[in-house]
Amino acid sequence: MMNTLAKQDRWLLFGFALAVLAGPVLLKPFGAGYPDLLQKFCIFGIFAIGYNILFGLTGYLSFGHAAFLGIGSYTAVWSFKLLTMNVLPAILLSVLLTSVFALLIGYICLRRSGIYFSILTLAFAQMAYNMAYSVLTPITNGETGLQLAKDDLRAVDKFFGVAIQDGIPSTNFFGMSLVGYSGFYFCAVLLILSFYVSMRITRSPFGLMLKAVKSNQNRLKYTGINTRSYALMAFVISGCFAGLAGAMLAVTDPLAGADRMHWSASGEVVLMTILGGVGTLLGPVIGAGVIKYLENIFSSFNEQILNGVFGFLPDALQHPVVKFVGLFVGEGWELTLGVLFLVLIIFVPGGLMQGLQSLQRRLFPSQPTPAADAARGAH
Amino acid sequence: MDAIFLQLLNGLDKGSAYALIALGLTLIFGTLGVVNFAHGALFMLGGFCAVGVQMLLKLSTQVKDESIPDLEMMVDVPYLQVWFGDTGAQLISYAVPISVILAIPLMLLVGVLMERGLIRHFYHRTHADQILVTFGLAIVLQELIKSFFGATPIPVPAPEMFTGSANIGEWLGMGAGVSYPWWRLVYFCFSTAVIAMVFAFLQFTTFGMVVRAGMRDRETVGLLGIHIERRFTIVFGIAVVVAGIAGAMYTPIVSPNYRVGMDFLVLSFVVVVVGGMGSLPGAVASGFLLGILQSFASMNEVKHLIPGIDQVIVYLVAVVILLTRPRGLLGRKGVMED
Repeated sequence: MMNTLAKQDRWLLFGFALAVLAGPVLLKPFGAGYPDLLQKFCIFGIFAIGYNILFGLTGYLSFGHAAFLGIGSYTAVWSFKLLTMNVLPAILLSVLLTSVFALLIGYICLRRSGIYFSILTLAFAQMAYNMAYSVLTPITNGETGLQLAKDDLRAVDKFFGVAIQDGIPSTNFFGMSLVGYSGFYFCAVLLILSFYVSMRITRSPFGLMLKAVKSNQNRLKYTGINTRSYALMAFVISGCFAGLAGAMLAVTDPLAGADRMHWSASGEVVLMTILGGVGTLLGPVIGAGVIKYLENIFSSFNEQILNGVFGFLPDALQHPVVKFVGLFVGEGWELTLGVLFLVLIIFVPGGLMQGLQSLQRRLFPSQPTPAADAARGAH
Repeated sequence: MDAIFLQLLNGLDKGSAYALIALGLTLIFGTLGVVNFAHGALFMLGGFCAVGVQMLLKLSTQVKDESIPDLEMMVDVPYLQVWFGDTGAQLISYAVPISVILAIPLMLLVGVLMERGLIRHFYHRTHADQILVTFGLAIVLQELIKSFFGATPIPVPAPEMFTGSANIGEWLGMGAGVSYPWWRLVYFCFSTAVIAMVFAFLQFTTFGMVVRAGMRDRETVGLLGIHIERRFTIVFGIAVVVAGIAGAMYTPIVSPNYRVGMDFLVLSFVVVVVGGMGSLPGAVASGFLLGILQSFASMNEVKHLIPGIDQVIVYLVAVVILLTRPRGLLGRKGVMED
């Protein structure tokens, strides 16, 4: 399979895999080298990669992808409860069920385009969110969220006579416990696989069709092609990715809450994709990483740390500086996100990837790297 | 019958808020062609105008407590009460109406600054870019408010005169059980008046005529030698003012916190799209329609019949309308079709 990829793509995939697997070492200096956060990078990277297949390639701006994330999580937790603590069935079932939902919702929503499509997807996601809190409480366990319990059924585990230890069992991959770094590497492998799939899709004739849907849908229709079925395929594929990400969230932390389906979660994945660079291969992963990094690291800063950082300033200056910077960290990390976002949209509409590219072109005018080529090719 | 009438009334105040926000959104979209995701944040900003005014009026000083003669007890008494006695105390309870008057110039300024400083550069960008930049602005506004006022909702009471409930049932010869909070009635009348004013402004003034012409065909109006951009800036300001005063007046009904805007915005977008992008009467009509439907769906009888309907009714209606009437209820042809 690999030899059908262009040479530069092979290098890009190789470099990406290396960077992801070396994540714990590379991100250590930034204070992000612990498995919990690295897992989040990977999971939301998968989510954003999938979202990019819909939004980046076909241009359909969905505001309801968090619903698939939530459905994936709930399915995975139910699989843990009813079948087995092995993650493989959980992941497969989640992806299967989300693809069914994506097919249904996508079929209805894709009858319209533009902002109407956005509002339709938003409407479905909000219905899912509201119902998870009210009518579907037997399935979703309402506000408490769906959790594992000691006396769950776990039929398959019982059938194979897997010993149940004291307390609530943890998730495993054929006996390999997925806690700490093994959990991260599990996510990392899936992220690399997702990246590979998305690369294949982008480079395939099918991906070209999706880009054609984005650039001029009418012209494509006049040539006798049913554009809706292509868009629907993209919608289902990106829904599957979201389901996978939702399942992974449940794998690393086996509980599922309805807040995962809130529209702000859908907004977040849009932000990640845009921040990194819409339509690029690497962009969404980088965007997801940056946002999750800001969320986790910036929000953990407090006044004490800031005083330490700015300790070198004279006292008269230190206090106002700490006060000012304090606005942007801790509770106010979202302010940083908002400002970063405004600056990016205003000055670099193509996201971080475009920013990096223009920076690179300025610094090394004649040395294109695989990453830049891939990004350029994806436009 | 009484119950149905009561639900109708209950739907009106929420419907008025939706209608006001949707009206502003549609004004901006119809004139500038910009999808403004910061509109909810502007609604919230209006709410915090009221909070700010209340805090200003309540600025207090320490005064010896006269009711306990023997002890040197100090109590906080607002300056207004110290200076003007009971009139001052009365004045404090009028924080909301005062804030509405203050909010008008303030929000107009915010709107003009926002349009000239930011939105102007986004006329020729894609709708996705417009959505994102206004969304970013909304986050910034929200977080600034959060850092100044905190994250907990701040109650702002209605003026004393309007607390309690109006006995509408007795006026209309229905059961005495039909009563309705005064302030909600005021809010409904207020929003009707604002909507009427906006429509009258567009319909009966020369300025409005030019704006309407510009909404139809911006280029031709420009060719006639009219500086249409400047007019549109003012329209943007008006839309922001409408959102702001809607927010300020809404504070006694729901205590504002920094998130209130976003909650309203999502629903308001549904309202705008259901009404038809670019149609002002459509926005107002669907605002009231969805507000009332929402309140009917929360009746126990209906909930018993179809469980959970109260949670999804608005979105369900939106889906059905968008699929059966592609341009919304009163939408024009060719708006946001691509």
